[in-house]
Amino acid sequence: MKISFRRLLPQIHTTSATLRNSFDRRSLVVGSVQGGIGMLLAARMGYLAVFENEKYKLEAESNRVNLSLIPPRRGWILDRHGTPLASNHADFRVDAIPARMKNVEQEIAAVEQLLQLDAVQRQDLEDKIDKARGFAAVEVASGLEWERFAAVSVRLPDLPGIVTQRGFSRYYPNGPSVAHLIGYVGPASAEEYQKDHDPLLITPGYKVGKDGLEKVFEKELRGKPGARRVEVTASGRIVRELETREDTPGQSIKLTIDGGLQDYAARRIGLQSAAVVVIDCQTGGILALCSMPAFDPNSFADGIGRLEWKMLNEDDHIPLLNKALRGLYPPGSTMKPMAALAFQLHGVSPDERVNCPGGYRLGRRFFRCDAVHGSVDMRSAIERSCNTYFWSMVHRVGYDTIAPVARLLGLGQEFDIPVAQQRYGTIPDAAWKMRRYHQEWTAADSLNASIGQGYVSVSPFQMAVMTSRIASGHNLQPSLLYGQPKPFGPALPFTPEQLAVVHDGMFNVVNGSGTGRGSRIDINGVLMAGKTGTAQVRRMISRGHVADWKSRDHSHFICYAPTDSPRYAMSVVVEHGGFGASAAAPIAKDVMTYLFDPGKAWDTLLAMEKGWGGTAQERLDARYRQYVAQYGVGAPKVSAEEEIEKARKAQDAEPASNATQAPAEPGSRQEAVGGEAAGAPGGADAGGEASTANGQAASATSGGNP
Amino acid sequence: MMSRSIIPEVVAAQPWQMLIPLFGLISLGAAVLYSAAGGHLHPYALSHVIRFGVFLVMAIVISRMSRNFFRMAAYPIYGGIVALLVLVELIGAVGGGSQRWLNLGFMTLQPSELMKPAIVLVLARFYETLPPPMTGSWRGLVPAGVLIGIPAGLVVLQPDLGTALAICFGGAVTMFLAGLPLWWFLSAGAAAIIAIPVAFFTLLHDYQRNRVLTFLDPESDPLGTGYHITQSKIAIGSGGVFGKGFGNGTQSHLQYLPEAHTDFVFATMAEEWGFVGGLFVLFVFGVLLNWGMNVARNSPDRFSSLLAAGMAATVFFYVAINLMMVMGLAPVVGIPLPFMSHGGTSMLTNMICVGIMMAVNRWNQRPATFS
Repeated sequence: MKISFRRLLPQIHTTSATLRNSFDRRSLVVGSVQGGIGMLLAARMGYLAVFENEKYKLEAESNRVNLSLIPPRRGWILDRHGTPLASNHADFRVDAIPARMKNVEQEIAAVEQLLQLDAVQRQDLEDKIDKARGFAAVEVASGLEWERFAAVSVRLPDLPGIVTQRGFSRYYPNGPSVAHLIGYVGPASAEEYQKDHDPLLITPGYKVGKDGLEKVFEKELRGKPGARRVEVTASGRIVRELETREDTPGQSIKLTIDGGLQDYAARRIGLQSAAVVVIDCQTGGILALCSMPAFDPNSFADGIGRLEWKMLNEDDHIPLLNKALRGLYPPGSTMKPMAALAFQLHGVSPDERVNCPGGYRLGRRFFRCDAVHGSVDMRSAIERSCNTYFWSMVHRVGYDTIAPVARLLGLGQEFDIPVAQQRYGTIPDAAWKMRRYHQEWTAADSLNASIGQGYVSVSPFQMAVMTSRIASGHNLQPSLLYGQPKPFGPALPFTPEQLAVVHDGMFNVVNGSGTGRGSRIDINGVLMAGKTGTAQVRRMISRGHVADWKSRDHSHFICYAPTDSPRYAMSVVVEHGGFGASAAAPIAKDVMTYLFDPGKAWDTLLAMEKGWGGTAQERLDARYRQYVAQYGVGAPKVSAEEEIEKARKAQDAEPASNATQAPAEPGSRQEAVGGEAAGAPGGADAGGEASTANGQAASATSGGNP
Repeated sequence: MMSRSIIPEVVAAQPWQMLIPLFGLISLGAAVLYSAAGGHLHPYALSHVIRFGVFLVMAIVISRMSRNFFRMAAYPIYGGIVALLVLVELIGAVGGGSQRWLNLGFMTLQPSELMKPAIVLVLARFYETLPPPMTGSWRGLVPAGVLIGIPAGLVVLQPDLGTALAICFGGAVTMFLAGLPLWWFLSAGAAAIIAIPVAFFTLLHDYQRNRVLTFLDPESDPLGTGYHITQSKIAIGSGGVFGKGFGNGTQSHLQYLPEAHTDFVFATMAEEWGFVGGLFVLFVFGVLLNWGMNVARNSPDRFSSLLAAGMAATVFFYVAINLMMVMGLAPVVGIPLPFMSHGGTSMLTNMICVGIMMAVNRWNQRPATFS
């Protein structure tokens, strides 16, 4: 300012003239300041519009254009005939992205009202919202009717963070029948997103495989997302579409599974807790791999609600365990055909006879057989399931002859099939026992192991592989992908004559006077051969039906048909089913009937289902409705997905080997003398795993066998 | 001016060197509002032009009034508007909740707006009557301070910080030009620097404090209160040198820009007309204010010169604060851009200022007739 220092001092002689003078100078100052600010503004604008133009152009563009991914349609999973086991159907869905909401509670309440969700659905939704992290989308509802979908759509401007779209949902036509085999899909978890930073994973409506084949083939099934570029207003309203790239659907996967057979077998299991495995004896292709009861994979896709979790967790039939691959059971007498082959390999003549006085004496101990069979040879020992014959033979040739043959036929083995998890089970021998328990192998151990008791534990799948190899005489390798059969392994060392002895024995089990004669089939000359097995769960409890379900024996049946040129091999395990002939064999009979005469098999099943209260799906739905009525919103809050994941990790962390099979009381093994049961109370953990999601463990201990 | 034989004297006497650029600015404003309405005259562009026409007539009427009338009316007008401000406060207190408007039935009146030119008028009158030797004494300061303080205090209570600041600014510039000792302003400035932080934490409302904080760091909350500034800068910056073209602004049309037709109309304009359009706007305001200051300098008496300069300062305050706000140089305060923003009250105030400057201009041409 051009003001002299004097003017800062108080003025005495201020006149109109000096004020005029001052005004002129000061108005110049004011004008200059105004001009200066004008220049500053021009410079600022030039800086924004010229120098930073590129940056702001980009920002305006990113404001204007919204790129959204279109979730790809997941590849279908087909059975051997091309019928879908998992497909997609178009539906209307609503998702929420909590991170983009202004007022989460208020908006969710509004959406809940628009969609008319009931109290249980609201609770499940709010649980999911609580758990959501980052920009992950939470499914509010899918499979909506147009009216409700439209009701939400028109309110979108007031509901930032809510996304409505027409998309595709995974659909499993057979529901629970394929649940354990196919698995299910669900929104990607935070961990999954951290591992795989594909933005597709947090796209609303996109699901990843969570279990079974859906998980194993995630990469193939995923496909490539489409993209939609749209011009949007600040409030998210779409003004126009700029460009759309269609999604590329994922590859479809064709399985060796026969969808009809899978569904039939699963439904035929009925109210039991059981597994059924069917293998093609010519190719090794797996035709059915069922474990029931199961969950409904369709309803798992939107997350597992409190009630669903409570219902599955409280079921003592362990619906979350794939018993076919991960259930381990003492195989009982179904081991005997295998043992007979082992004896022959070591020089035992099939015609040699052994007298069965109703048991076998080993030192001071007497191992009791189920009956006084009298004089039996190898064929009739299989036919009538005589323990004494096998005990005396194993005592002579040694257990070391049996274990390698058991492994050769698939027991205790893991197979190269694309499933999420398998378990080895245990084929014990002296080295294993020393490693595991630091104890010497005893003669009693040999006796127990020879009839599939004691330390022996195998999965239903292994039993089916064993059956297929015995039936065909080939070293079949199981396969699950259609058109990609696995070449046979090294030839089995059995002569046709040796196999014929076993085949004869198994033929007579069903068609002669054996233990399985109640399940004989004859469809246009097609006959079935098989072997029953009963594995006792509790010692000192009488055989057969007892009141306590958990104390009843496991019921096994292995079989193949036709007997003259084996085509299908099957294993059936019914947990706590009682005698092998009473629970497992009838299921096997009907499933085998289905393969040769589906119409007749369906007639049998539909009549049975009337008594059971409908199909597996219908019973599951009814049970859920009952839970809703009974507990409502009172179920405790759990994170089922996390629980399952935790259990799975715990299992994976275990050395997936024999070491997990620990007899409960090894010390008591020496004392079992003259008891009803042959074996010691070695407890193989049959339902497997104290660490399964359910935390249930069905313990199968020693057993005898008819 | 031109040949008086052809053009009527009333027309020829108008300050066309200022009015023609102003018409250009109004036209540009109308075009921007037309685009902001999605290519429609309604609801902004047409009423903008009509209001300008009506208020231009009013300005010409004001410019025909005599200097003595202004002198005579200065205190009554000031008093009347203070009374209206008190009335607004009372109605607000009775009705529960603050308000700025008086509903007159046929229109709503915002007395605080009228106070902007009125404060300049009353101070010009005050300093004209103040004997020159007293200018540097307390008698030159205290009454003027009271005249500014009463309306400013009432407006702050409404609460309307932007308008209160505008009143203070107009008053302070008038006092500065009236020749008050410079060191008073320097000490007041120093005191303000100390007082601002104190006032910031004690006097301001939460929303006002947020606006200031956001101004200091707009990126801290890009979706909340920083949104306005960020979007405005994007609009101006993305326009480039020549803009995106008329009707092609995406920031305004897709509603990313808030208040695209009022406070942020400059950003709307800059997006479509670019840097060139912005320079034109600055040029027109430069012409207008320069003309106003020249009118003030050319007027022979103290009252007229203070009056014209104070009016120019009032218009300048609007322009400067608004443009600084939209370019991210000042916090968001609700002050519209004169002659471009859609809104009757701001147009009324600014045209009163223009009318008074035109009146002073007219007095200058015939100094002998009056005074």
